Amino acid sequence: MPQEHAIMESQILQIDVDELREMSARVRRTIFRTICLGGGGHLPACFSIVEILTVLYRQILRVDPADPKNPNRDRFILSKGHAAVALYVMLAEMGFIDAAILDTYGHSGTILGGHPDLHKLPGVEASTGALGHGFPFSMGIALAAKLDRKAYRTFVVLGDGECQEGSVWEAALFAAHRGLDNLTAIIDYNKLQALDRLDSIVSLEPMAEKWRQFGWAVREVDGHDIPALLDAFGRLPFEPGKPNMVVAHTIKGKGIRFMENVPIWHYRLPNPEEMKTACRDLGMEELTVGKRE
Amino acid sequence: MRNAYIAAVHDLAGRDSQILALVADNGAIVFDRYRKDYPERFINFGIAEANMISVAAGLAACGKIPFAYTIAGFLTMRAYEQIRNDVCLQRMNVKLVGIGAGFAYSDLGPTHHTVEDLALMRILPGMTIFAPCDPQEARQVTFAAAQIDGPVYIRLATGGSPRVYDTEMPFEIGKAVSLHEGNDLSIVTTGHIVPEVLSAVRELDADGIQVLLLHYPTVKPFDEAALLDAADRTGLILTVEEHSVYGGLGGIVSEVLAEHGSGAVCKRLGLWDRFPAGYGSYTWMKEHNGLSSRQIISSVRSLMECRNGSPS
Repeated sequence: MPQEHAIMESQILQIDVDELREMSARVRRTIFRTICLGGGGHLPACFSIVEILTVLYRQILRVDPADPKNPNRDRFILSKGHAAVALYVMLAEMGFIDAAILDTYGHSGTILGGHPDLHKLPGVEASTGALGHGFPFSMGIALAAKLDRKAYRTFVVLGDGECQEGSVWEAALFAAHRGLDNLTAIIDYNKLQALDRLDSIVSLEPMAEKWRQFGWAVREVDGHDIPALLDAFGRLPFEPGKPNMVVAHTIKGKGIRFMENVPIWHYRLPNPEEMKTACRDLGMEELTVGKRE
Repeated sequence: MRNAYIAAVHDLAGRDSQILALVADNGAIVFDRYRKDYPERFINFGIAEANMISVAAGLAACGKIPFAYTIAGFLTMRAYEQIRNDVCLQRMNVKLVGIGAGFAYSDLGPTHHTVEDLALMRILPGMTIFAPCDPQEARQVTFAAAQIDGPVYIRLATGGSPRVYDTEMPFEIGKAVSLHEGNDLSIVTTGHIVPEVLSAVRELDADGIQVLLLHYPTVKPFDEAALLDAADRTGLILTVEEHSVYGGLGGIVSEVLAEHGSGAVCKRLGLWDRFPAGYGSYTWMKEHNGLSSRQIISSVRSLMECRNGSPS
């Protein structure tokens, strides 16, 4: 039952938030290293969901790396598949995959694509990449749980720009109509998309209100605030009979100051000078990026 | 054909609790018995085909066997990327059922006609395609689809399709069916245009032209052996399809003949770079779009005159 997953406030106090913060910092460093050595990737889009993934995987999701296909497992779907490296690093942290595989990222023949593939890696629940697909796909999983009267829950992270896809809103209507309170969506609301601010391209404001009007139970959180995320996920379902929406206010590029909130970094790698600054910000040793094949 | 399909899904649902019937706000009345018997396993997505297919893929990921049913064009074109990425790329066990394919929705106009679906579906890796010719075969391919672990597209007409088979015929996935024997010329066809073709073939027979008629209830995987045998025997092939001649049955036949170095001449009857034209009865639509038995007969005669060296 959903209640048994709930985290009480007293329990949050017992959770070692510092350990989660340290894990987030470590995950960010590994993402940076993997993408820079791999020669490409969506760094800032990965950085904005690090705390969300850390809290979900470490404290919320009932998943077992030793039994990744357990039919009663919670499901996590990364609908914004371009943040694949964040997912890969998290799967390595959790023991779903060998961390050494991360070194193959960006090399020809790797199983770590620029977008995740459910047939290649344990722990990946959906092959995403084209936006507006993982979100409705996750509803099929949540609906199957309802039909089978199973207690597993489904979590899906989607990008804010992704919400410009019409398929997102077809799915939003459907989940509310079906009362999928076993489904939790998290919007990585970093307010940037590839070319510019969402507000300058096609605005989604008022974001939270839109979802409320679509019949979802909505909570807004600072997506980098670990206790706030724990608190939000600890209160699931927010309202019985409604799908759950966590609008997570995040910073694209969070952790590297010159990257934060600057659209141009959507798919760009730092030059050697910028690399030094970035490593300093992330608290890691300087990276040496050699010539690539 | 529609009722045969729905009755088959009803029977399948009775045998396997994983079977689900999905619709995008269609099937009024005809689904009543199914809805009464399996209310939880009937899911109406409203007018949202793309969402229906993504959700179907998610359901299949959890072991469900969804049969997603709607108007063929809306299914195969509106939801194409969902079929490609969510169903085929992820190798999900989803059945896609397109109703009113070709111009079965005769007077509803070209937005409701579908003459592209075979071409679109066949280029998707792992997709099996069935195009039954009558209600009995529609039932058989529905059962066959449930046996296949993977994506299947079923191309259907609407209601009121005439019977083609007089008796119960065994159905074999991937096998062409010979509906008339002959050595003068081969007609290769598929789906619900078969009764029209058969009527042409019978008339030709009465006139002394014996046509070998091959019907493909399975369009993919394609029975190459049956085609090559027909090509060897007759040297002349006419493809007839209620579909664009590009990429559909005529396209497949041409590819197979060329690939195997067959010397057979192949002509294609179908829609040539245009949308279905006109509003009228289904019979009138076939005539107006070049696919009546009269026009099939005329194509056969000119093809045979061509071979015999007379001007066509």
